[in-house]
Formats: sequence, C-alpha cells, structure tokens
Amino acid sequence: MPTFWLVILLCVIAAAGYVLGRQRALSSAGGDARALHSLPAYYGYNVGLSTLVPALGLLVVWLLAQPMLIENRVSGMIPAEAIPEGTTLGLVMSDVRRVAEGLDIAVAEGVLTSEQVRNMRSEFSDIRGRLGEVGVALGSDVRPEVFNAAQAYRSSSATGHTAMVIAVALVALVGLGLSYSKTNKDFRARNTVERAVMALLILAASLAILTTIGIVLSMLFETRNFFGLHSWTDFFFGGTWAPNFRGDSELSILPLLWGTLYISFIALLVAVPIGLFAAIYLSEYAGPAVRAFAKPLLEILAGIPTIVYGLFALLTVGPLLVRIFGQGENGVLGVEWMSGATSVLTAGVVMGIMLIPFVSSLSDDIINAVPQAMRDGSLGLGATKSETVRQVVLPAALPGIVGAILLAASRAIGETMIVVMGAGAIAKFSANPLESMTTITTRIVSQLTGDTDFASPETLVAFALGLTLFVLTLGLNVLALYIVRKYREQYD
Amino acid sequence: MNDMSTLDKTVTNTTKISAKNVNVYYGESHAIKDVNVEIEDKTVTAFIGPSGCGKSTFLRCLNRMNDTIDVCRVSGEILLDGEDIYDKRVDPVQLRAKVGMVFQKPNPFPKSIYDNVAYGPRIHGLARNKAELDEIVEKSLRRGAIWDEVKDRLHAPGTGLSGGQQQRLCIARAVATEPEVLLMDEPCSALDPIATAQVEELIDELRASYSVVIVTHSMQQAARVSQKTAFFHLGNLVEFGNTGQIFTNPEDPRTESYITGRIG
Amino acid sequence: MTDISQTPSNMGGAAEQSKSGSLLTQNARTRKRNAAEMRFRGYGIAAIVVGLIMLVVLVTTIVGRGTGAFQQTFVTLEVELLESKLDKKGNRDLEDIKKVTTFGYAPIIKAAVQSKIEGLGIETSLKPKDMAGLLSKDAAAQLRAYVLENPDQIGQTVEFRFLAQSRVDGYLKGRVSRESIENDKNISGAQLDLVDALVAAGVVEKTFNIDFIIGADASDQRPEAAGIGVSMMGSLFMMLVVLALALPIGVAASIYLEEFAPKNWLTDIIEVNISNLAAVPSIVFGILGLAVFINYMHLPMSAPLVGGLVLTLMTLPTIIISTRAALKAVPPSIRDAALGVGASKMQAVFHHVLPLAAPGILTGTIIGLAQALGETAPLLLIGMVGFIASNAPETIADGLLAPNSAMPAQIYEWAKRADPAFYERAWGGIIILLVFLVTMNTVAVILRRRFERRW
Repeated sequence: MPTFWLVILLCVIAAAGYVLGRQRALSSAGGDARALHSLPAYYGYNVGLSTLVPALGLLVVWLLAQPMLIENRVSGMIPAEAIPEGTTLGLVMSDVRRVAEGLDIAVAEGVLTSEQVRNMRSEFSDIRGRLGEVGVALGSDVRPEVFNAAQAYRSSSATGHTAMVIAVALVALVGLGLSYSKTNKDFRARNTVERAVMALLILAASLAILTTIGIVLSMLFETRNFFGLHSWTDFFFGGTWAPNFRGDSELSILPLLWGTLYISFIALLVAVPIGLFAAIYLSEYAGPAVRAFAKPLLEILAGIPTIVYGLFALLTVGPLLVRIFGQGENGVLGVEWMSGATSVLTAGVVMGIMLIPFVSSLSDDIINAVPQAMRDGSLGLGATKSETVRQVVLPAALPGIVGAILLAASRAIGETMIVVMGAGAIAKFSANPLESMTTITTRIVSQLTGDTDFASPETLVAFALGLTLFVLTLGLNVLALYIVRKYREQYD
Repeated sequence: MNDMSTLDKTVTNTTKISAKNVNVYYGESHAIKDVNVEIEDKTVTAFIGPSGCGKSTFLRCLNRMNDTIDVCRVSGEILLDGEDIYDKRVDPVQLRAKVGMVFQKPNPFPKSIYDNVAYGPRIHGLARNKAELDEIVEKSLRRGAIWDEVKDRLHAPGTGLSGGQQQRLCIARAVATEPEVLLMDEPCSALDPIATAQVEELIDELRASYSVVIVTHSMQQAARVSQKTAFFHLGNLVEFGNTGQIFTNPEDPRTESYITGRIG
Repeated sequence: MTDISQTPSNMGGAAEQSKSGSLLTQNARTRKRNAAEMRFRGYGIAAIVVGLIMLVVLVTTIVGRGTGAFQQTFVTLEVELLESKLDKKGNRDLEDIKKVTTFGYAPIIKAAVQSKIEGLGIETSLKPKDMAGLLSKDAAAQLRAYVLENPDQIGQTVEFRFLAQSRVDGYLKGRVSRESIENDKNISGAQLDLVDALVAAGVVEKTFNIDFIIGADASDQRPEAAGIGVSMMGSLFMMLVVLALALPIGVAASIYLEEFAPKNWLTDIIEVNISNLAAVPSIVFGILGLAVFINYMHLPMSAPLVGGLVLTLMTLPTIIISTRAALKAVPPSIRDAALGVGASKMQAVFHHVLPLAAPGILTGTIIGLAQALGETAPLLLIGMVGFIASNAPETIADGLLAPNSAMPAQIYEWAKRADPAFYERAWGGIIILLVFLVTMNTVAVILRRRFERRW
C-alpha cells in the first residue's frame, strides 16, 4: 500500500473515531449534553487525535529510520574487496540503490514480473540492457555483489514497508480502542484534547530549531567528510581555487571570499548612500503624498525575485558596461578594459539596486524611532533641517543604521542568483572591478549542480563553503539584530 | 522703566512681540481664534488655560515651530520688533535663533553636555575659535544655573543627568544662541517639586536679559514667575493683563471660573 | 532676584535689532546654511529619483524585451498527408502509423513548402531543403502529433500552421537583421528574401502564441517551441506543498510562541532562532534540502515535493513573524472577555483571537508564498533545472514526484542557453512570473486594507 493511501486510511479511521467517541459520550450521558464534563465534540476529538497522532508519529519515524537501517544492513553485505579502486562504499551503495529502483520500475511497467526479478542472476541476464529499456540508465554492467545487494535492498524495503503499514494501522486501532473505552460522561475530554493540541503547537514551534539543527548537522557532517579527503589548511589558508578531476584539486576559500566581499562592498557602495538618503528624504522632508507614492514604489524593488536581477545583470547591465568600458574603438570611452559582460562591477551594481529598498526601509524605521523631541530641540535652536538630520538625528540613529547596513551586507554575501549570472566563474585575487570573479555562493551552485559524487572533495567542498557562508551570515545577523535591539531599547 | 516695581509685578516695558488677529488651523479644526496680544521685553508672560485651549499652539507660532507640522496654517500678523515673522522673506532658521524654545520634556541630544550647549553657537557661527566657544558654553551653563553641577563632567553624555538637570541644560542650550525671546512650553511639567523650584528661580533670573513666554498648567507657577498673564479658553484669548490683576480681580467670568477651579 | 536695570543691554527693540540684523534680510551665514540645506535636500531627491529610475528601467527592459515571447511567427501551409508515406499498409492502424518517425514527415513538409512557394510564383534560387529550413525543427513532430491524433485525415490535404524557425521569428521581430546573420549557419540572406516575399503573400505571419504560456520547454535547437506552461505546473505544485505545510505549522508555532509560551531560555532561543532563520541565505536551504531530503531520505531529485519542502522551511520564518504580529495586534481585552465567560485559554485563542487575526495571517502567508514563488537558488541544488519536462503532470502524485522545473528555474535555464532567441523567452517568462507576484501582492494589500482593524 503506498504511503499516501496509508495516510488517507488513517484519516478515515480518525474521522470514524470522532463520530464514535462523540456518540459514546452522548449515550453515556443519556443523550443530555449538559451532563457531560466537556462539549460532546471534545470526546470526538479525543478519540480522533488518539487514533491519528501516534500512528502518524510512528509513520514519520519509520520513514526516517528505515532507509538508515536498511542501508546499514545492505552495506554490510558488500565485501571490502568488491569496492573497486578509486571509489568508496558510498558510491557502490548508490549503484545498489539505482539497480533496486530500476528493478522496481521494471516491475511497475510490466517489463519484468516480480517472479522473474526474484530469479534473476546477474551472471546470466543483461540487467543493464533490461533496465535501459525502462529508462534507468546504468553507468556500467551490474556486478554480482551489487546485484545481490540490490535484491536484498529490495526485499528488505518491501518487508519493511509491509511491516510499517501493519504497525501503523495497529497503533491507530489501539489508539482508537483505548480512547474509546475511556470515553464516558465524567472523562475530562477537553483537558486531554487541549493538552494534546498544546503538544502539537510546541512541536510546530520547535521545527524552527530542528531546521537550524538540520542545517548545521547536514553541513557539519559533509564538511567533516570533506576535511577527511582534503587538507583544511589548504581550504582556509591556500591561495588557489582550481578544482579538477585528477584528484589534486586546490580548493581554497580565500579567492572566493575575496570575490564575495568585493562584490558585496560595491553593492553596499551603491545601496547605502542611495538607500540612506532616500530614507532621510522620505522620513524628514517628503510630504504625505510623496511618501505614499515613492515608498511603495521603491519597495517594489525589494519584491522582485533575484532571478530577474540576475537576468538584468547578464543581459542588460553587463553588455552596457562592456559598451562603456570595453570594445576598444567602438566603445563609448574607446578603451579595452572589459571583455565579458560578467564582472564584479556588473554583479555589484545590480545587487546594489536590489538592496536599495532593503537599506531604505530599515533606515526609515530607525530614523522614525528617533523621538520628535530631539528634532524639535534642534529646530527650536534655529538649526536647519539638514543640520538637525546630520548632527542630531543621524548620530542618534547611528547604531540602528549600522545594524541595518550589517543586515544588508549579510544579504549581499548570501545572494546567489545575481552573482551566478553576473559575476563570472574565475576565482582570483584582483582589485579590478571590471574583471569577472567568483563568489562562495556561485561555487556552491556549480559544485552541487549536475552529476554530484558525494565521495569527491570537489563536491563536498560545497558543504564546507556552505557552512562558512552560514556562519558568516549568521554572525552578521546576530550582531546586527543585537545592535538594532539595543538601539530600540534606548528609545522605548 | 527704572521705576518698575518687581513687588506688585506691574511692568512698563517696550513691546517685543505683538500678535494681531492670529488664527491657526490644524487641517479642518480651528485651533486659535483671532488672538491679539502684546508681549513685552524683559518680562515673563505666562499663558494659562485648560488643556487643549491652544496656548501651546500659540506659543509655537511665535517662533514658527508650527511650520514643521504639515497640516498647520497660520493667518494674521505676528510682529517681532515690528517685523512680521510670517513674511515670505523671513527665514525661520534666523527667526528661531532670536526666539529660542524650551520644551515640555527635557530633550538633551545624545551628545556630551558640552556639545549640547555648543550646538547652537556652532550652527550659528557665534564663536570664532575654541576658546570663545568654551567661554560661551561656560557662560550659558552658568546662566542655566547648572555650571557648578556639571563643570567636572562636561564631556559626559547629557542624557545621563537627572530630569531637573536635563531641563536646566536645555535652558542653557537655548540661552547659548543669545536669543532675545525665550519660549517655554510647560518646562516644569516633567519635573519634581525641587527641580521645579530651581527652574522657576532660573526663569526669574532670565527675565533680566530676555523676554520670557511660559506656558504652564499650574496657576501657582504662573503667579510665582510671571508679570503678565494671558488666559486662553477654547482657542480664544479670554483675558490678558498684569498677573496680579488676573489672579485677584479677573474681568471675565470664565477666567474667574478657571482660577477658582470650576473649569479646567 | 536681579533688578532689570542692572543688565547692560537695557535698550529697546531698535538696539536689539542692530545687534543681529533685521529678520527680513538673510545674513551671509544663513544664506550659506540654506544653500547647504538645499544641497542636502537635493541629495535626498536624487536618491529617490535614482531608485525610481532603476525601477522604471527594470520594468521597461522586462516589458520591452519580453513581450516578444508572447508572439510567434507561423507559416501556413497546405500539407498533403500522403498515405504512401504515412500509412503504407493503408489500414489506419495507429500502431503502424506510430512506426513512422518524425524523419518520415520531413519530406512531406518539404514538398508542402515547395509547392506553396511555386504556387505563389515566388522566384528563389534556394534548394527545397533550404526552403523547408524556414520552418522550425519542431515542425515534423508537430505534424506527426497531429496525424497520430487524427489518423482519418491521412490521404487528405490539410491546412497547417507551422512554427517558423527562431531566426525567421527574430527577423520579423527585428531581433535579427541582415548584418547580424553574416556568420550564422542557420539562415542566409536568400532565405530572408524568401521570408519577405512570404510575408507579403500572407503565408508567414506573426500571431499570439498561447503555447508559450501553456507549453513545455524545448531543446537547445528549438527556442521557438519553448514554453513555460509545464514549469508553471511545477511551481504550482510546489506552492501547494508550501501552503499545506507552512501555513498550519507556521500558525501553530506562532500561537504557541505568542499565546502560551512561558518566558524562559528555551522560548528565547526559539525566537532568536526564527528571526535569524529569516535571514539565512536561501542557498543554504538548498544545501539542507540536498543533504536531508535527497541524500538521506532518498526523495526523488527534481521533484516539486522536495522543492516545496525546501521552500516551506524557507518561508516558515516569514509566516511565523507576520502571524505573530497579527496575533499581537488583537487586544488583550478580547482574550480577557472570553476567559471571563469561562472559556479555557485554548478556546479563547481558537474561537476569538485566531479568527480576528486571520486576515493578517492570510496577508503574511500570501506574501510568504510570493517570496517562495520567485526563489531560484535552492531549486538549482535539488536539480530542478537543466532538463526538459516535456509533458504536464497528469495526476497529483505525478505532479508532486515526477521531475519538473519551476518558473524561475526555467527562466534561469533559458538565460544560460547559447541561442539569444532563448533570452526573449527568459524575459517573457519573467513577465508571467511578475504577473503572478503582482497579483498575489495586490490580493494581500487588498486583504489588508479591507480587513485592517484599528483597535
């Protein structure tokens, strides 16, 4: 039974439980709802929840645990000498899974019967060819160990699945029976249901923590694997980024970090003055009409997806910059400084445009939090508005604005699409903004798209890069939020 | 004017500010209705009246602080030394240097005590060098009657002072630009009685050099510090005269009701 | 109390006036300060104007370069569906007709082009093969699909609208000029002459192209046949997953944090966590999805389900933050009133607070969804790019699990391709994406305006 139908079945049992529980409660009170401790519906909910929640919980846990257990069992079946030179157990296991999946598909499409599959011997039949027919392409012929492992994998999966269906259904029925038997007019159904709902609420709230733990663990785990294959000194202190497939890649984060920071710096150079002045104008000078018109329009810039900015960088800004700074005699300046559309400047400028509303709306909030009394005090002394802004409002808002800029910087460092499309792919240290350079996020994308081999340092380095990126942006955010919060408290 | 007696609080000074037929509108609402008043030099003039009667609004008209509120409209004539301050040629910045203001809540800038006081002289370019600026700061702090308390910590933040000290610092800050008129919008309402007494004493001393206009909620305060009193009610100037007369023998029944506590 | 007469400056107004000058004339310093004021104000206006110009440039670029994608050049031909070629046995057996590959259809089309041109009496030095080269490489497949659906038409002559190849399309749209094709193998000057003649004859024309909106992506060689429809389905299924997961979980988490959570270190950690998760770069969520959903749980690569799960995790903080704001806006008096008539705290929240906060929650959810709809980076890592999903999913399970793309990923895919004809597709795709986003945001704004309550 597919998992989807199992879930539907559980819901049906739970709904039945609701009806049963409600009826039993009412009949225990002789049909008089006033004699019940709680409203009749609560008795229904109680039975329904007791049926559904433990069963669903078991289902989720089972789905998470089963692959791990089977993997362990099956990988034990593969002898060390069956792992060819140059690959790892992980790679062989992915072959095993692929064969198993292929067999499943073949059975599902009717190319093979399950009987045939069970009796197949890799020595005799052309498994690669048969699976190719159903669209599962295998890289090489299937070796006996792999095929046997795949068979074991299939049978354990099937057994596991059947066991799961039975266990889950059983838990649901037991839940139904227990809660149904407890239902009578003195049972405190509302309190029980509310406790259960509360537990669900807490579970939902902890998901945020689980996500963070998931992020950190998944990246830590693979990063550890990476440092097992590649020296960490090269990663942190080497000077070159040059992945190759000969096995002697140089994978240093430093040139990528340089590109990231350089592009972010240019983005801030564009976004901070424009965003800050826009915020100052909107909060200190603009009348309500201008504010109501300009503020939402500027904020549209923040709602535009980054892919649009990426395309804008690649197809509009990049070629424009080439026309200005490149093309020799035919260019605007008649110089030959820039050859391709991708460059630090391209990505930086476009990212700057994206960040304008981010900086301006954050600064706007912060400037508005400066008490009016400050402004009155300054204006009352005969200061002009600009003097008031520069010498009273901005110094008072400075911590908040610094926080806003840090948040914008963290955005810039983590931005992906604009740099993937606008910055280029060459990792190097250069101060020339017209050259193309690459960033951490760009490299994560290029190392993890296409065919990924989770046993090679060239793929795993992406996790180390991701972890660094996470730590970097998280650090900036925590710092910025701390500063902003301290600042807010000052005026609350 | 040498025959002026401070005891019975009658004054015969030259007119500093004269307001003629002043009307103020906040959008639709008519906040000040046809007010005529003459404010004299070297005198403390108190504006009293129930909350929302327009006394603060009128005060803010005198140095055009109402300009900062978009919906506020002022008509009529307010003359400072015979010049209409709402004339198109008048720069409110220059006006406010002459007509300083102290606010209800002490509002020191988040800067050092020194920089708070030096702010006005700096923007108006009153000092040619550091020494002169130091001198202005010291003089102003002395006038604000706070010098002795802060002279050892001029570079500590102004926000670290107590409420009464903060308000005297704000007065010193206002005085530092050498204004001719000092407007005070309920300067003691956020202060405790001891601080209030100190500020009131200070106001009395400031009268020697400035024309002081004070808005107050407290009739006792008006009686204590002012020589002239104006009573506002629902946007109208009901009565204006010598403080002694207003408090002892008001002409208008509304004034009498307010003073005796029947309206307010 | 100091006596007035002791003060040194006891002069009247006139003397004072001479000290600081008349109010009616600005002194030099004030003029200078006002000039500085004007400059400062000017910077502010300039900043706003620059921001708005950027917006205008962006929008005009998108519209200017993308609207072309909604129109396509078609060639109308009368095709004789020769029985001798398409159904040799003549029994109209679908299995037999299927055996004729697209290559079998090419000569029929070639003949149709040739006869059309000859019929119109257009002089050209081109070989028949080059004449047929005006049509899209997709033309044969188009015709085959038609024949398989209408086998009874074999033997008849049918009027058929073929896609023109992308260079011809570009020529009609002004993207391709005679200069720009000098080194282009795909088209020659003589072919363009022929196009001019055919346009004059009304055989080649540019019309609205619904296939761009509902169709599937096409291979590198056939930009004229590419559409965004299938990836739109991919996006739709992802949004369904996000809505089904992020809304209930987000609301539950917010209710707990806002209404029930005790103030302790644990809830503090959760709160800090959520505000920081909101600022984690989206690509990190992609890494998480790849590592957990695909590598560990073995969910299928490129499946909208996985995309939806990743986007759910990404959207959750946004929804939680806006839901909490909506809950916070409901005044405590409502809760007190419910508790006062004997409701439990849970009842007070679910019966009274939650319904009152619903518009705010909905607004936040729509905005979160809009954000998720435009997100690209995490989708690249879970493989929703770089292949062609040729058919729209037929069942819900298919929609969730079969490999698909998503609108922004499809746009990225087009932008990467070598043929500039795809760029027009990319811009056109952006128009469609933005139409969705604008609609969602407008609905959110209307909801907010309509139901906003001031307590």
